[in-house]
Amino acid sequence: MPMISAMLGEAWVAMGANRLRTFLTMLGMVIGVGAVILMLAVGQGAQQQVEASIASMGSNLFIILSGSVTSGGVRMGGGATPTLTLADAQAIQDLPSVAAVAPTSPGTAQLVYGPNNWSTQVMGSTPAYLAVRDWPLSAGFPFTDSDVRSATRVALLGQTVVQNLFGNEDPVGKTIRIKNAPYVVLGVLAAKGQSLDGRDQDDTVAIPVTTAQRKLFGSQFPGTVRFMMVQAESAESMPSVEKSMTELLRQRHRIRQGTDDDFSIRNLTALANTAAETAKVMSLMLGAIASVSLLVGGIGIMNIRLVSVTERTREIGIRMAIGARGRDILLQFLLEAIIISVIGCLIGVLLGVGGALLVGKATDMAVVITLSAILMAFAVATGVGVFFGYYPARKAANMRPIDALRYQ
Amino acid sequence: MAPPVIRIEHLYKEYLTDAGAVPVLKDLEFTVAPGEFVAIMGPSGSGKSTFMNILGCLDVPTSGSYALNGRDVGAQSSDELARLRNEVIGFVFQGFNLLARASLQDNVALPLIYRGIGRAERLARADEMLEKVGLAAHRSYHPNQISGGQQQRVAIARALVNRPKLLLADEPTGNLDTRTSLEIMALFSELNEHEGITIVLITHEPDIAACASRLVRLADGKIVYDGSLEGGITRRGDGPMAQAPSAPMTP
Repeated sequence: MPMISAMLGEAWVAMGANRLRTFLTMLGMVIGVGAVILMLAVGQGAQQQVEASIASMGSNLFIILSGSVTSGGVRMGGGATPTLTLADAQAIQDLPSVAAVAPTSPGTAQLVYGPNNWSTQVMGSTPAYLAVRDWPLSAGFPFTDSDVRSATRVALLGQTVVQNLFGNEDPVGKTIRIKNAPYVVLGVLAAKGQSLDGRDQDDTVAIPVTTAQRKLFGSQFPGTVRFMMVQAESAESMPSVEKSMTELLRQRHRIRQGTDDDFSIRNLTALANTAAETAKVMSLMLGAIASVSLLVGGIGIMNIRLVSVTERTREIGIRMAIGARGRDILLQFLLEAIIISVIGCLIGVLLGVGGALLVGKATDMAVVITLSAILMAFAVATGVGVFFGYYPARKAANMRPIDALRYQ
Repeated sequence: MAPPVIRIEHLYKEYLTDAGAVPVLKDLEFTVAPGEFVAIMGPSGSGKSTFMNILGCLDVPTSGSYALNGRDVGAQSSDELARLRNEVIGFVFQGFNLLARASLQDNVALPLIYRGIGRAERLARADEMLEKVGLAAHRSYHPNQISGGQQQRVAIARALVNRPKLLLADEPTGNLDTRTSLEIMALFSELNEHEGITIVLITHEPDIAACASRLVRLADGKIVYDGSLEGGITRRGDGPMAQAPSAPMTP
């Protein structure tokens, strides 16, 4: 179409005629788009970090803690009295929709290998622990149910423990000492990184729960565990699993109607979802704040375009006198606004992406640049340019030729 | 027989001011046949510029009818008026009104953009017109690089590029010296005689009006003379010194 290409040429000349103004008009767009992209990158990075932490915890999880026990009118705090047993765990395992149960006895112990020693959290649990935590091994093999039955001295080491005890040495098959007793390292847990509350999840050792109870920590209440992790088969089955576990445990612990539970069940997934929701809101808010600068950029475009229209009134009059229709003038001014927006957007995208990469490099914030964010910023910014360019363009187009021509 | 290029009947024009309606043109009757060369003279404030703007479809009359080339202008939409300005009328202004940013060639080719003509043909026709006004060699210059007389030639080339029926010129020599004015007028005469273009021009100067074949005098919004050149020029002078109707110039 000769019209459009000719007008593009004219728009280009008009923009070149006042470079400083064109640049200033673009600047609003550049900053707006750049800010949106940068903020979205930072926001989505934070969101993804939270989501990764949640995934590292395992999915569809409950944690059952020993609850408070009332003894002679004195109410003890939660977990004060171990009331959960391995038999409870076995019974829960047999409930419908329960995927896995990991009864766990945690404790802290000093580990020694050769000249190195390291104090860490020791998790006494069952093979189900790895399944529940969604935690693969990076080397070696897991311990088995028969290890649990016979309380063998075997261990799975977290990455941080491996680094501190073994350095670059391969730990699988080596023997470490925990409280002076020898344990054979069966395998190494894959790296998991930080938990939601910032703890190093890799600073841990897993051993059979029976070994922990009988040989490592001992207990006033033999056969009990501090807590159990229960994984439901699906997110949908979680409410029914929670209900049937409560009923089962009350029955097993012979708790009369009207008396408090001596255990408490926490839905970890619900907590995690809250955290994910928070991160999402954060991300949205960052985007919203950046969008304001885009809006301000748009208003800047309108402002300068209005000045341009006034300044070029006579030119508009000349064009109308030689046959330009209102819509020709509209198209010309709108095209200029669109070109300015699009070029401003492109520069903004470059700066935003560059800025995000720089932030990612300079700080330990995670930044995630997605194509959809870039496309969205681009589309919105162009829309803003057209929207705010339209009014001045229409003002130019609606001038009466004689008034425009007479304008001094 | 071809319809008159301009046919105006009972044309009134008023401007609305704070003090009320001010009549500028009062009951004008005016007809121009194809091929005529009409000069309009009159003192400042006589309404001749307003009249010219109405002829050029830049302004609309308050009442009365105006048929351009047989078409009733009052019935046209603003888009159709733009088309008339583009295709039927060529405009030449006192202040040249070229676009400072564009080259001479682009200036001349501008009306063709609004007619939707492709780039190659636009430039070819612009060159042809620049050739006609003797400025083909300057096609890539910008208006501020050439003299006033040359700028007016470019403006004339622009007015002619769409091969209009009617050329309207509002004091085309008002900003030019005498020698250049005569050159511009020679160009107008040639266009009128050899190409049959109908010309209506406004001027203050009797020398310029002398190039026309018919003279119309406006005073106080009315046509006070419409006839042959000789009668008009000899009856009464014009120009800044003779603007008051009560100061006739003796022959």
